[in-house]
Amino acid sequence: MTVKLMQGNDAVGWGALAAGCRFYAGYPITPSTEVAEMLSRELPKVGGKFIQMEDEIASLAACIGASVGGLKSMTATSGPGFSLMQEHIGYAAMTEVPCVVVNVQRLGPSTGQPTSASQGDVMQARWGTHGDHPIIALCPTSVSQSFDLTVKAFNFSEKYRTPVILLLDEVIGHMREKFDMPDFDAIERVDRIATDVPPEWYKPYGDSLSDVPPMANFGDGYRYHITGLFHDPHGYPTQRLDEIDPWIKRVHRKIERNLHDIVLYEEDWDPTNKTVVVSYGASARSARHAVKLARQHRLKVGEITLLTIWPFAEEVIARMARTARRIIVPEMNLGQLALEVERVAGRSKVVRVNRANGEMVTPQEILDAIEGS
Amino acid sequence: MAQHEEHTAYEYLRPSKKFPNVWCSGCGIGVVMSALIRAIDNIGLEKDNVALVSGIGCTGRMPVYMDFNTMHTTHGRALAFATGLKIARPELKVITIMGDGDALAIGGNHFIHSARRNIGITAIVVNNNIYGMTGGQYSPTTPIGGRATTAPYGNIEPPMPICELAQAAGASYVARSTVYHAAELERYIEQAIRKDGFGLVEAVSYCHTGYGRLNKLGTAVDMMRALKETSMAQAAAQKLAPEERENKIVRGVLHDVERVEYTARYQQLIDQVQQSIGGR
Repeated sequence: MTVKLMQGNDAVGWGALAAGCRFYAGYPITPSTEVAEMLSRELPKVGGKFIQMEDEIASLAACIGASVGGLKSMTATSGPGFSLMQEHIGYAAMTEVPCVVVNVQRLGPSTGQPTSASQGDVMQARWGTHGDHPIIALCPTSVSQSFDLTVKAFNFSEKYRTPVILLLDEVIGHMREKFDMPDFDAIERVDRIATDVPPEWYKPYGDSLSDVPPMANFGDGYRYHITGLFHDPHGYPTQRLDEIDPWIKRVHRKIERNLHDIVLYEEDWDPTNKTVVVSYGASARSARHAVKLARQHRLKVGEITLLTIWPFAEEVIARMARTARRIIVPEMNLGQLALEVERVAGRSKVVRVNRANGEMVTPQEILDAIEGS
Repeated sequence: MAQHEEHTAYEYLRPSKKFPNVWCSGCGIGVVMSALIRAIDNIGLEKDNVALVSGIGCTGRMPVYMDFNTMHTTHGRALAFATGLKIARPELKVITIMGDGDALAIGGNHFIHSARRNIGITAIVVNNNIYGMTGGQYSPTTPIGGRATTAPYGNIEPPMPICELAQAAGASYVARSTVYHAAELERYIEQAIRKDGFGLVEAVSYCHTGYGRLNKLGTAVDMMRALKETSMAQAAAQKLAPEERENKIVRGVLHDVERVEYTARYQQLIDQVQQSIGGR
């Protein structure tokens, strides 16, 4: 264990190494570049590979290619680059190739304000690529959590054969905090399920009890086909309804039936709390402070911090909404995750506290919302 | 049936799975596929050690028919996917198969940078001067004046010189042939695969359905014959004045040099770094 002063972006890099990441492809973009700089230095030390590609489209493509070759792979980017990566997020979902995409959110749209923080890509992380697809997106609130959730992101991507998005924001990415780096050997690492059948029996997209078919790497003697077209259990293109329909159901089911494993959150509320603050990312830091102040004023306020924002934590929010009258959702956007909260809030009132100008939502703004009724 | 089993290609195809193919009868893409299979067979590569990566379009459909590690990726990005795969598995022979629109329009950036890095990928570009799968729109290699569904008054853009671009960007092997010259095409593909660095083979083909019909160039056979008549070996072409060469397809190995291959160089970098930190 070594205690260091570290920024979130560096912690993401160390988390990736701890998770077993051995390939990184990226393109420089503020405010995510430190992830690339750190891994260009550290990956060769452990025999891993780093490459700076010609753009973000190529970066995610290279990650998927390397993952098909058997290396745990990651890329990191921000707003404009994340927009460019959308097609390949869909490709990774369609082909069920594990990979991790880090988006250190900056103020948008367009070039926006590269050095200002934002949580404007919440809905893009869910729906940015075309077509129905499952996705996992994680959202750390601190430097040490950036490390932990990067490890989780890799583990989920391998376990469920899915792209996983790690949504930081500029505040978490660039903020420096004390970080106690754990011993890598003590970290739980999940690898993709290897196949144990002979090559002639292998079906890369076949049925399996877990809905996650075993994955063979190219070069390991299992020759098969990968395509972004709808495909049959062998991976060959299909137009048959009886092959398309089970596929789309299975890839959604593999996430939906594992929500207990995937949906991570921190909760500090009880049914007597008539007001509960639901937050994530940098906004959760302001929320935590506001709740502390409110409690000092003897207000009974609860708090839920979502670490997994996709799939949405419906169960806990709906359960809380049965007793809470007001749910306060602070976000550095004009109300994105609040839409999801509203969807499951029942008769509770959802109060939005928003900023989309590059500044954090302040604890005072949240406190005002808690106090106003 | 017994005849099929004796054919060289049989061993390399996925016959029970995805035939017949999607191509129009008379299409030149099958000739390229056959030349590729013979080239791989000549070298004696193990099927497990070959990966074919393609993009989108008629040519992009080629890998699914062949019994290797095959990946049909997104439009234009075959080389970017192949770059990741090659870096992860340098021992694999990674071959990308792209059409002209795929490789040079939407994928032009990756084409240039893959050549620049001299990464050990064989890139085969089947140039049929048109976007075939979408029904005949003009591509970066459509000749000036050629008609397409999106160039109803004739194309006004000059065509992209594929081989010259690859050479200028840094490819270590560059060759051009046509689907009429199947044996020559096979030889160039074999040489490109044997090369450690980035090798490009432009396989000039035709699209009688999308381009031939609009431009009144006749049947597939007529267009095949035109490839014979308008192409010439590099040695012969060099004897012509530049203006005489203008509308000719020059066939030959246009560029062949030794340059350090990217993944080999990266392994050296890893070795150096690990040595300097005491080989942990």
